[in-house]
Amino acid sequence: MDKLFIPRGVQRTSLPKFLLWLLPWTGLFAVGIYAIYLCLAEGLFHTNMDNRFAFGIWIFMDLTVIALGAGAFFTGFLLYILRKKELSAVINSAVVIGLICYSGAVLVLMVDVGQPLRAWFTFWHPNTHSMLTEVTFCLTCYLVVLLIEYIPIVLKNRKLRQIPKFLVFEFELHKLMPVFAAVGAFLSFFHQGSLGGLFGVLRGRPFAFREELGIWPSTFFLFVFSAAAAGPSFIMLTTLLVEKLTRKRLVRSSIYQFLGKLSGSMLIGYVLLKSIDTLIWINSTSPGNGFPAFEFYETQSFGTWILFSEIVLFGLFPALILLSSRLRMNRVLLFGSAFLVCCGIMLNRFVMTIQTLALPTLPFDEFLTYAPSWEEVAAFLFVVAYGVILYSLTYRYTTIFPQERELALGRNEEHGELSAAQSTDDGSRQNSFSAKTVNRTIS
Amino acid sequence: MAHHGRTTSESIIMETMNEKKHKYGMVIDLDKCNGCGACTVACAVENNVPPAVEKMNSRNGITWLRVSNVNQNESFTENDTVFVPMFCQQCEKETPCLTVCPQNAVDIDPNTGIVGQIPQRCLGCRYCMTACPYHARYFNYWDPQWSDGMKQQLNPDVSPRMRGVVEKCNFCHGRLHAAKEKAASMGNREIDPKEYVPACVESCPNSAITFGDLNDQTSVVAQLSKQGNAFRFLSRLGTEPKVYYHSTREWVRAMAEQKGPHSLRDSQFSAEAIHG
Repeated sequence: MDKLFIPRGVQRTSLPKFLLWLLPWTGLFAVGIYAIYLCLAEGLFHTNMDNRFAFGIWIFMDLTVIALGAGAFFTGFLLYILRKKELSAVINSAVVIGLICYSGAVLVLMVDVGQPLRAWFTFWHPNTHSMLTEVTFCLTCYLVVLLIEYIPIVLKNRKLRQIPKFLVFEFELHKLMPVFAAVGAFLSFFHQGSLGGLFGVLRGRPFAFREELGIWPSTFFLFVFSAAAAGPSFIMLTTLLVEKLTRKRLVRSSIYQFLGKLSGSMLIGYVLLKSIDTLIWINSTSPGNGFPAFEFYETQSFGTWILFSEIVLFGLFPALILLSSRLRMNRVLLFGSAFLVCCGIMLNRFVMTIQTLALPTLPFDEFLTYAPSWEEVAAFLFVVAYGVILYSLTYRYTTIFPQERELALGRNEEHGELSAAQSTDDGSRQNSFSAKTVNRTIS
Repeated sequence: MAHHGRTTSESIIMETMNEKKHKYGMVIDLDKCNGCGACTVACAVENNVPPAVEKMNSRNGITWLRVSNVNQNESFTENDTVFVPMFCQQCEKETPCLTVCPQNAVDIDPNTGIVGQIPQRCLGCRYCMTACPYHARYFNYWDPQWSDGMKQQLNPDVSPRMRGVVEKCNFCHGRLHAAKEKAASMGNREIDPKEYVPACVESCPNSAITFGDLNDQTSVVAQLSKQGNAFRFLSRLGTEPKVYYHSTREWVRAMAEQKGPHSLRDSQFSAEAIHG
């Protein structure tokens, strides 16, 4: 039965092996569900958040995964609007990752707020001055867009395609994809920015407060740029991870090169903007509020090394590597840089949430620390497990990497020549489909 | 429903607009405060703040008014200490918590200047707590619980808050409403200032807290707020808080104006929340 759902022309592991792979993740998922139940049923005292540390690991995680999931909107924008056809090789994967990241973030947000059943209040009587209102509106709308973009991927399933109505629906949806990509890019631009704006508007937190450009603080634009840089890098890393786990090639090397260059281009822009913003903040914004900026870095945990790491180690350094076509050819440097980019985004989101809250504002307040409770960590891991399970199921039963079939047959990616099926990393797969099918698939 | 050519709702709006604009504020004389905590207790009783449960601590419990003991950290004979009651400072300008709330659960009454919190509308996102530089907002991490005996003492003029929402000082809004009702029953539009006094002001044994209308230049609070020794915490943020402090001690005023966030690391002062 399971075999009937597996796409033609690709090799998948046996069902028992697949279930064994899912087992630990399901366990983690179940523990997360229990932790979430405790928080929802009994209260948020199960967390280690408090009145000073009102945001914790969950908000940090939300900001991070939404930035990492930005590959979906950015790739969609480049593919459908700017017609960068190369990206069709990873668009499905980007959509799945985007859906996982965004739905995971919304799920955890619903646990994080004290009264989740009142979430609709924001739509009913919104405060249009609040960055969080913008985030809520755009996040919800974009999640719907991602679900719509995910439907054709599911409908591509071999068995589902046998239902004519589904086939027509998928075909019609495909025609509308540029519209959804444009809407998604617009919505994503605003909520990525507004997530940065959340902190930039905090007048009462001089560490986070930034000057305004138009009606938005500078962090609005920094978050957009950094997310656009991290998205392609995260797609590279996840694709590589899937390749390693499945022991097969899923996309051509040129795609990685393209994604790396894309990430590097956005990152260098981000580093430039971030440097200018930091200089303005150090020399004008912070001292203007009576807080010399260097004092924020005098605590033992949060020294200037964080600022250096953010801008140089996780910013300029990987950006220069990714922009050099010679260095990009080295896979270690290419993927190492992508990893650094993702680390940089995580660090930036950590600084904006945790460091902002740890630093005292009143003259007699003390520097506070916070360590998440097991329930908070479990809910965090719940999203990871949920992501792995959803991605695994989608990968197994659909063709999220269109080049998988061609690469499995050993097609020479540089010259487009079809080589013998025996030269693939798994020669046995030729038995699973007929030569006729192969020819039809490739053509 | 025309009323002198206007609808009822228009009449209400006109009456509200014509109402005298007050700007309620406080001046706290830190030289008089001995840190007894009577204000904290009175505040909790007046506003139905639930008692602490077993796992609660000073960081996750609810206290609309906390008192910190700030030490000068000098040698034993030279050392001086000050008790600082800290609560919502009722910021007037660019109120940090007001603009951030996604669903308008924070408001400012234009006729009183009081920053209000609407728990029934609060989502519990805690963004306002992140925005508040005074850490004067509190989240209900637990379900509020009172013993049977304590339930008899609940203030019927103030709604208890449920789990998962934020609350804070509102200058005893219940008392303001009671004063307004009393004035209305006597046919007066304006309340008698003596009828509206927050619980903390009333309970202070040393009369360290003075409350009143800062717009009324003849009021004691307005005059005290303009004295040379009056100051506000974090006034440099430009949020124009309506709670003033007062001390004749120079180091206390210097501490309040301390530039930079990490005065503690310089071992100049040490602080501890003794009530709250």
